[in-house]
Amino acid sequence: MATQVSKKEPTPPISMWAAPVIVGWLIPGGGHFLLKKRGRAALLLVSVTVMFVFGLLMRGAMFHPEKGDLLTTVINYGGFLSNLSAGVLYLLTTMLGYAQPDVAGHVHDYGTKFLVTAGLMNVLAMVDAFEIATGKKD
Amino acid sequence: MPRMNLSHFEAAFLFALFASVVLGVVTKRTDNERLRYGAYCFGCFLAALFGLAWLMKLGHG
Repeated sequence: MATQVSKKEPTPPISMWAAPVIVGWLIPGGGHFLLKKRGRAALLLVSVTVMFVFGLLMRGAMFHPEKGDLLTTVINYGGFLSNLSAGVLYLLTTMLGYAQPDVAGHVHDYGTKFLVTAGLMNVLAMVDAFEIATGKKD
Repeated sequence: MPRMNLSHFEAAFLFALFASVVLGVVTKRTDNERLRYGAYCFGCFLAALFGLAWLMKLGHG
């Protein structure tokens, strides 16, 4: 009977990718900038930042980690993590008091989605920075 | 802080634009592939936007 042995790739050392990933979290596109991918860094910075600022201008709401029933917990914690992923944009917004409560209306609703998506897009950028830093991607 | 009022279409269009740029930048390996994939994503977003809009219009009668 043939047995399959899955080969695990060795985990790259943390010193290789920590700086680009952390800078990429704090400043959208910062990880790419650190890795000398300036064009892509600029595109990520502009896209994520403009999306986040538009979300704020549309009076989108920030999520808070609140517990409730399962769906409420998933939405609130997921939304909070997504907001937090926007890095310094989120930190500045909450510290300077620009985070707004949830209100009804389609524009506010779009604003909330813009804020969450900006964070999620920054997560994608961080993963890309990780892959570039560890040599999995050019 | 200034306030921004957008229609459904304007908001969805901007959402599609920014999301497509990021998806194009982070997924592919060459600039040509990135450009094509970004444009493809944007086209898919717009197709879904118009498709769902028509579906809702026809659904409401």
